[in-house]
Amino acid sequence: MPIQIDCDIHPAVPNCAALFPYMSEHWREMSVLRGIEDLQSINYPDSVPLTVRSDWRPKSGRPATSAETIAHECLEPFGSSLAICNCLFGVQTLFSEDLAYTYVTAVNDWMRTEFLDRDPRLRASIVISLENIEMAVDEINRCAADRRFVQILVLAGTARPLGRRNFWPIYEAAVKHGLPLGIHAGSELRNPPTALGWPSYYLEDYVADAQAFQYQLTSLFTEGVFNKFPTLKVVMLESGWTWLPALLWRITKYWGGLRMEIPWADRSPAEVVRDQVRFSLQPVDGPADADQMKRLLEHIGSDQLLLFSTDYPHAQFEGSEVFPAGFDESLKGIIRADAPLATYPRLAEGTP
Amino acid sequence: MIEKLTGIADCDIHPAVRSMADLEPWLSTRWIEHFKTYGALRNTHYVTGAPYHKSQPNASRRDAYPPEGGPQGSSLEFMRTQHLDGNGIGFGVLNPLVASQGVRNLEHSAALCRAINHWQAEMWVAKEPRLKASIVVPYEDPEASAEEISHWAGNRAFVQVLLLSRTSFPPGNKRYWPIYGAAAEAGLPVGIHAFGNSGWPATSSGWPSFYMEEMVGHAQTSQSGLVSLVVEGVFERWPSLKVVLVESGFTWAPSLMWRLDRNWKILRSEVPQLTLSPSEYIRRNVWWTSQPLDEPENKRLLADIFAWLGWDRIMFSSDYPHWDFDDPTRVIAFPASDEDRRKFFIGNAHGVYGV
Repeated sequence: MPIQIDCDIHPAVPNCAALFPYMSEHWREMSVLRGIEDLQSINYPDSVPLTVRSDWRPKSGRPATSAETIAHECLEPFGSSLAICNCLFGVQTLFSEDLAYTYVTAVNDWMRTEFLDRDPRLRASIVISLENIEMAVDEINRCAADRRFVQILVLAGTARPLGRRNFWPIYEAAVKHGLPLGIHAGSELRNPPTALGWPSYYLEDYVADAQAFQYQLTSLFTEGVFNKFPTLKVVMLESGWTWLPALLWRITKYWGGLRMEIPWADRSPAEVVRDQVRFSLQPVDGPADADQMKRLLEHIGSDQLLLFSTDYPHAQFEGSEVFPAGFDESLKGIIRADAPLATYPRLAEGTP
Repeated sequence: MIEKLTGIADCDIHPAVRSMADLEPWLSTRWIEHFKTYGALRNTHYVTGAPYHKSQPNASRRDAYPPEGGPQGSSLEFMRTQHLDGNGIGFGVLNPLVASQGVRNLEHSAALCRAINHWQAEMWVAKEPRLKASIVVPYEDPEASAEEISHWAGNRAFVQVLLLSRTSFPPGNKRYWPIYGAAAEAGLPVGIHAFGNSGWPATSSGWPSFYMEEMVGHAQTSQSGLVSLVVEGVFERWPSLKVVLVESGFTWAPSLMWRLDRNWKILRSEVPQLTLSPSEYIRRNVWWTSQPLDEPENKRLLADIFAWLGWDRIMFSSDYPHWDFDDPTRVIAFPASDEDRRKFFIGNAHGVYGV
């Protein structure tokens, strides 16, 4: 069977108690005393139809809470040889640096024990909190020793734009360990989901993730992250990608008029993205018409940007066909295997 | 052979005051004195100047200073010579970005808006028949805004209601509905121009570092604003309301419509107020102005965007006298039919603004 790498799946933490075995006595007791039972963020409320595809919704509890379920519902039906687990339990939103560090380390250890150790096809992203950068770097260094951690994971909505220099030690650690920076849909909610404040509907919150990614890509470009770290790969996960051409045209236009402000930006935005930025396939916010999709792919301008993903168990498409109309077979092959392998150097290594 | 157009419609021209004293004929002593002592407080940082410093003074062309002095855009005579005559403009919509909208003291905001509307009508439109004005409203006080619209309704000097894109709540929020109700009743389009001060950081991830990010970000912020208008049901409530997104870009619109439609299908149970798909409302109720045109290296790709959105939805704007001005002779740099060009440069604006 040809290689296929699913670059975005979501094992779920059932509740905080599931993480207690991975915490010290103090934090475990404190969590029980204070009634810290769950950290599911409003990015993905359990009951919302988008959070769980109906055929993957269990009778009770969360979907994708075991390696067996993931194998049965995702790896085998879609024929994936490897999958990257991106845990979305809302630990990034904790304000206390110590509490955040406790839960982040617990999530990563839980991931290793409950998933990576149980299915050799699974890989994972290192979850970090951006509340304290030194602690985040410590956690990256701690987890990176296990080669099954293939990426660093942050959310699209942050307290400050991700290009800001205070975040750069994280990118330095990423480069040192050969880990791409994965930016996933969702927000720490340090700021409202839109620059106009809080919308009324979940539909608006979710659509706003696409705007969050656009702001972040602009920030990473203007601040010079790609110039300072020319080997860093940034992967936008569950971001949508059909907004990319228009954004690149716009950044390019203003780069033309305002590059005096960012004299280090010596490569065009399109070139930077071709070299260093990738996108997970799902969701596809695109036209249903195959010819129109082909035009859109021409606007994207490179066959190396998209990485296969199902976004399991989120409800982004129906049935078993992950690609929409308009993708030819050779492009599908690149998206399934070549592009992920080129993006994640650790994937090419055998299982430990 | 490309047809040489005259009588071009420019949907975004910025008249400037020489100083705020220009508004004094229409302000009471109370507000004149208030302004001199306390200024016009907005959700922003410096007494003068912007937190993201512009690329040049007043964000305007260095060749647009009037010979008689004053800032760019403050002389009708020079605007006539340099822009209206110079670029073959037959119809221009004035969008004054003078401190008034978004002023925190709502009574001060209302007083300034009223004065600016008088100033536009009497100092610009009355003297130059090619120019039409926008009703500037104190949008953070929607009831006062509705009164301002009613006050000028029927006055043919005004062709739209003007909001800025950075409102303090998403613009579809119910608190703003009196504005849309009054605009619909007056039969006026609502123009939403980039900028303003929402009181929130300029991105959903906090304050960026650069003016360049602020400028690029207007596109994303306008996307969020449009999503709000659609999802809250503004176009369901006022099916004939016209909204014009000004200086926010438009090349992002097809992707946003695909994203909205796809997620609406999944999450429809949350928004039963919508009887049409989001893109159907947008295609019925929304227009875009062209400047700044976000351009690919291969200009022909833009023809796809025009085709997908429709040549009848995009209207030429120059942004005169601002630095990122678009020249009508150079803006469409890819093959387009004379018919489509006429819609873009003239026909669409005449239809939307009823001239």
